[in-house]
Amino acid sequence: MNAHLQPTGSAYFISPETAKVESHTLSVLVDNEPGVLARVIGLFSGRGYNIESLTVSETEHESHLSRITIVTRGTPIVLEQIKTQLERIVPVHRVVDLTVRARDLKQERPIEREVALIKVAGTGESRAEALRLADAFHAKVIDATVEHFIFELTGKSSKIDQFVAIVKPLGLIEVCRTGIAAMNRGPQGM
Amino acid sequence: MTGKEQMTGAEIVLKALKDNGVEHIFGYPGGAVLPIYDEIFQQDDIQHILVRHEQGAGHAAEGYARSTGKVGVMLVTSGPGATNAVTPLQDALMDSVPLVCLSGQVPTSLIGSDAFQECDTVGITRPCTKHNWLVKDVNDLAHVIHEAFRIAQSGRPGPVVVDIPKDVQFATGFYEPPSEHLTQQSYQPKVQGNLNSIRAAIELMATARRPIFYTGGGVVNSGPEASKLLRELVELTNFPITSTLMGLGCYPASGSNWLGMLGMHGSYEANMAMHDCDVMVCVGARFDDRITGRLNAFSPNSKKIHIDIDPSSINKNVRVDVPITGDVGHVLEDMVRLWRALPKKPEKAQTQDWWTSIQRWRARNSFAYAPSNDVIMPQYALQRLYEFSKGRDTYITTEVGQHQMWAAQFFGFEQPNRWMTSGGLGTMGYGLPAALGVQVAHPDALVIDIAGDASIQMCIQEMSTAIQYGLPVKIFILNNQYMGMVRQWQQLLHGNRLSNSYTEAMPDFVKLAEAYGAVGLRCEKPGELDDKIQEMIEVKKPVIFDCRVANLANCFPMIPSGKAHNEMLLPDEATDEAVANAIDAKGRQLV
Repeated sequence: MNAHLQPTGSAYFISPETAKVESHTLSVLVDNEPGVLARVIGLFSGRGYNIESLTVSETEHESHLSRITIVTRGTPIVLEQIKTQLERIVPVHRVVDLTVRARDLKQERPIEREVALIKVAGTGESRAEALRLADAFHAKVIDATVEHFIFELTGKSSKIDQFVAIVKPLGLIEVCRTGIAAMNRGPQGM
Repeated sequence: MTGKEQMTGAEIVLKALKDNGVEHIFGYPGGAVLPIYDEIFQQDDIQHILVRHEQGAGHAAEGYARSTGKVGVMLVTSGPGATNAVTPLQDALMDSVPLVCLSGQVPTSLIGSDAFQECDTVGITRPCTKHNWLVKDVNDLAHVIHEAFRIAQSGRPGPVVVDIPKDVQFATGFYEPPSEHLTQQSYQPKVQGNLNSIRAAIELMATARRPIFYTGGGVVNSGPEASKLLRELVELTNFPITSTLMGLGCYPASGSNWLGMLGMHGSYEANMAMHDCDVMVCVGARFDDRITGRLNAFSPNSKKIHIDIDPSSINKNVRVDVPITGDVGHVLEDMVRLWRALPKKPEKAQTQDWWTSIQRWRARNSFAYAPSNDVIMPQYALQRLYEFSKGRDTYITTEVGQHQMWAAQFFGFEQPNRWMTSGGLGTMGYGLPAALGVQVAHPDALVIDIAGDASIQMCIQEMSTAIQYGLPVKIFILNNQYMGMVRQWQQLLHGNRLSNSYTEAMPDFVKLAEAYGAVGLRCEKPGELDDKIQEMIEVKKPVIFDCRVANLANCFPMIPSGKAHNEMLLPDEATDEAVANAIDAKGRQLV
């Protein structure tokens, strides 16, 4: 009776999070074995971390090592947790927070690049405009008919966002993006 | 490949188990593991304990592992066998118990076809294991099993799963002995602590006026040597010491520096000391939410030292000042040596006021309860049980709930590895199979499962296992006809609306014991208790002891939700009104 009107308590203690959320880019070196990506992704979903971008490919074929680049958001404490939790995964060799490393090296950010394939269809003036814009953004034409172009664009994510926004009214059909590949400036490896 | 022995996958499994020192495995057969069972039939080195449910196999292996320090091994079939293993796997993950689970899988050619008794075992168990493998090539099998044992027991221990398709069990391949196998380079846990950090910790400890040791299951997992070193360090420093539920026994309950367990149902003196301390030395514990209470009020004025083998446990819930990553035993060894080498040891007077405060808190006698001549108080029953178990080779397991907390409060543990309970996951049904695992490892010991009437029914089928293998475990049920802890929370948080926490149809536990071929005892009066307990201990068979206790007793002291360590609800203050108002408006907002 009226039970719903009475506030109930909880067996858990939850204090509101007040620290500022930051976006960081992590490089994760892993053994390229079955299920390794599922372990990494499962960790993020299971512990409630965000993935903004994720890229993975084998980078050292002889030793079967893959490099996973993850862009994630969290408070500094959560970001530290993400790093140590990733390091707990058995096939994970190393985890480097490239954003932290860049700061340590007195650099603003790690180098981050993304490749996008962008298909635009149209004729006449809008087609010519799309080509002019592509030229201004240094996008390459990698496929074309009289009715369409596919552009290949490499750059920061923001640049790709901008290009996609501009060509949208000119007949944007589809976009495919790779996610971010990243490394720190300077001679040292990760 | 020359020089290596050739054999079938199933033979490789048995050989690899033997080479890793396995003497007992707990399991249940099924279609996808029959080749392995056929090999078990044809050998005598490893004893297989047939359980009645795969969950029982897992908890039995956990009890075996926790009471011996060895790796527990379970064997299950594909599909439902594997899914039934999930609960003990997660339980072992949260409590850092070394467990190797071998599971059968449908033949590789059928994987992904929704075959009979197929499930994605590695997918399902990925988040509840430390690591897992699907072995598709018989020549990888020996290597994977050796690696499974290494990973399960090194670093922070945990459960692993090796999923073996049936065709791989039949296939012929080469056996690689443990000495020859190459370990995975990415997993090489660090056991030695950073000496500079340890030195900083010792310097901090030497300045402490209000110090405390806060220890946990990591001390047990590090091995008996770690407990010895802990005792030595406590004696050298004369600091007070408390422990989590998982760490009971690392420091003897009879020791003069012992404050009792801390946390939600811990002692007043332990929690007050945690709150007021100036230097906290956390040894192999993980600042769990049952320990800390409200985080922003947790031990606000202390410098914190944290020793843990798992770097992700450090700074997870609580920021610490001196983190030390390493094995507890190794770090304690360094600490003892550096403390001994201190040029100027702190004066006794430095902590005198602190000890005076602690004596004052102790005098509150926070585990007190109102005794009764008419009904058995659950606390009294455990006090008597403890008295009768003294001087015997005793191991205690528990289920989960009020009885578990009372057992932690009223039973004293003098040695590590004597107390098996489900701490992190809080798995009802853990205690009976865990007791069986303990009894298998220690056939002559007195093994008691302290149980509740609700929990015991979750894995009661394992009574049959106890009878089959002549395992004389004692199941001591504090029977109050309620899910006591659920009822207590409903009283505290939900206006005493006891929704579904009362068991209206309770089995007759005495007849139930007899039906299984065990001995059933019932006790309803405090005056009969001693004789009945004596009888229970003397019987050389499994016993179910139906101890009828006060129905509505609450477990105190207690840190209500949203409160700090110094805001405990003590038994003498816990009137009905105080209980109803224990959680203030702010606490109630917590979701």
